[in-house]
Amino acid sequence: MTALFLAAWLGAAQAPEPPPLVWGGDAEGGAPFVEADPADPAQVRGFDVEIAETIARGLGRRARFVQVQWSSIDQSVERGDFALGLSGVEDTPARRARHAVTIPYFEFREVLAVRPEDRTRYPDLAALRGRRVATLGATMAYDILLRARDSLGVVPVSYDDDVHPYADLVGGRVDAVLLDHIIAQRALGRLGGRAFAIVPRPVAAGHYVGVLARGDTALRDSVNAVLRAAMRDGTLERILRRWNVWDSTQATLFRRVAGGSAVAAAAAPLALPASAWAYLPALGRAALVTALLSTLAMALAVALGLGVAASRVYGPAPLRAAAVAYVEAIRGTPLLLQLFVIYYGLSGWVRLPAFLAAVLGLGLNYAAYEAEIYRGALEAVPRAQLEAARTLGFSEAQIFRLVRGPQALRYALAPMTNDFVALLKDSSLVSVLTVVELTKQTAIYATNIGSWVVPGLLCAAVYLAMSLPLARLGRRLERRWRLA
Amino acid sequence: MTEPLLAVRALRLAYDGRAVLRDVTLEVRRGEVVALMGRSGAGKTSVLRAVAALEPFDAGAIDIDGFALLPGPLPPQSQLGVLRRRVGLVFQSHALFAHLCALDNVALALIHVVGRPPAEARIAAQRLLDALEVGGRAAALPAQLSGGEAQRVAIARALALDPALLLLDEPTAALDPARRDALARTLRGLAADGRGRGLLVATHDAAFARACADRVAILADGTVVEAGPPAGVFGRPCHPATRALLALPSAASAG
Repeated sequence: MTALFLAAWLGAAQAPEPPPLVWGGDAEGGAPFVEADPADPAQVRGFDVEIAETIARGLGRRARFVQVQWSSIDQSVERGDFALGLSGVEDTPARRARHAVTIPYFEFREVLAVRPEDRTRYPDLAALRGRRVATLGATMAYDILLRARDSLGVVPVSYDDDVHPYADLVGGRVDAVLLDHIIAQRALGRLGGRAFAIVPRPVAAGHYVGVLARGDTALRDSVNAVLRAAMRDGTLERILRRWNVWDSTQATLFRRVAGGSAVAAAAAPLALPASAWAYLPALGRAALVTALLSTLAMALAVALGLGVAASRVYGPAPLRAAAVAYVEAIRGTPLLLQLFVIYYGLSGWVRLPAFLAAVLGLGLNYAAYEAEIYRGALEAVPRAQLEAARTLGFSEAQIFRLVRGPQALRYALAPMTNDFVALLKDSSLVSVLTVVELTKQTAIYATNIGSWVVPGLLCAAVYLAMSLPLARLGRRLERRWRLA
Repeated sequence: MTEPLLAVRALRLAYDGRAVLRDVTLEVRRGEVVALMGRSGAGKTSVLRAVAALEPFDAGAIDIDGFALLPGPLPPQSQLGVLRRRVGLVFQSHALFAHLCALDNVALALIHVVGRPPAEARIAAQRLLDALEVGGRAAALPAQLSGGEAQRVAIARALALDPALLLLDEPTAALDPARRDALARTLRGLAADGRGRGLLVATHDAAFARACADRVAILADGTVVEAGPPAGVFGRPCHPATRALLALPSAASAG
């Protein structure tokens, strides 16, 4: 039996098989696009998955899926990580200009979601002046919101995923969500059908396409031929029906596309700044957010860290145990997880604004590391120093304040500076809480211009401009305060 | 004045069950310098630490001008105020506060323990440093002081609260012979300044003890094996430990 399988496997391996069609999508985006199969999480399923398989079959190849972060699909396909990006990728003028793009295979509508009681108050974007409107960053919807910010005065809030905007809409953190109608319907299904209302009139329409590397036009043309055939013979319709996303708009689109008419990239392009200079004000603001966030978080970390360290060194046994538990729990779990718990996990009890949650998350996390530094520093002060102070009649509190604390501070200075610089960089993680800080702003900028070179260099320069003086100040203080 | 300033009676002190001091009895009277001698490890430092209430002891009694220390756990710092005012200790390592200049090392207790105004405390501290001939180093940090200078600053700091009993642990450890003689004169001066101060000096240096002590006590096997004026003890050493102490310098120089 085993031998039989082995022979079959060897036979298959030896047969000259064409290389698989490697395609990239984001399973985190979920159903109905691409999701991990609940029956076998190692496999993916969704209409994009089935379309990819249809394309591969049409090309006489097997489809092989690779996971890629949704916002990186363009960069990744251009790098050659996979041949075809297919995961609710939007047809935009910018994408057409920079990559090879297939014909559209789905028409989506950008729809507004509002809380049920606001259904009549917010019939369109114009009614949302001064209101917070959430969406997924680096999307057509986000571009629409940016334009609406300038023309209508709405406040765009950018998320890294398309699940939390709806959670925050229900929770009251934002007043509306603008996203693709199938994403809105999926969210509504998940949240129980009455959690929010979808405004009937769509704000805009757009298409999903496959994206290939700029020079890969030959493969693109073959893919287009397969897609047209699948539109004509009903294969695509069957797939879309199976995933409950078929409607008459798709039939109209298929007739146009399969008939060979060109379809314009939907959204009018956002007037993108022409040069790097135009991004500087936004980067400056983001740098300010990073600096403020890091400073406040560090202040919290130092204050709390001192308390925890003092508890460990001076406290009674239960307090010592609590301090140890705090340090180990924080150090043993990822900062990202802690941020999610503080922002989303606690939102049932206390709904923290994003910036405050970011300061808290970073501060509470770094407090554990500061506490360890201070404990080490307090214990590094020689015992003779404390005994000398005791023989002179200082109280224990005075010894801490006048002798042990000041000396420990000098020992702690170098690792503290180090941590402050690390925190400055870790602050980029809070973009998951919709805080647009330096790295997030750079990513937006890079996505807009389609290159990381200039934005990356600028961003690095700003980080260095903040961290280098900090390191220098640390060294200067260390020299001045050297103990031995 | 017949009552001794310091009376140590039948002191027993063990670390982890190992008795370092088995039965130590000694006295220091006002105006007197007593040298506590013994080879290293004999327990000299333990005696000083017990008297300075840094180390608990297991049996016996210590009385410092009427303040009694009893066996068992150390009393909390808050109940030791009287003892702290009466006893000053100069550590072998000096243990100067590393982050403060010489002047602030001396002034700190005057300001925060006695409550003197800082300006006044610093004047007093400067006077003490001047008296110990290190007034010119008032602004130096401990790391910038030589061994001899650091020792004088440490003595000035221990004297800041004007203690009746001054304890010194191996004060000659890092001194050359000329400085050793100067230190002996300084200590004699402190005992004879009319304030009724007594000094207990732990040392293994017989020449130094001869130069500054009114009486010597030889510590060996956890007890005082021989005591008396240096001339008597060193002139007719009875105990092998005393003879070993006297031979030590010559043995070292011959080696």
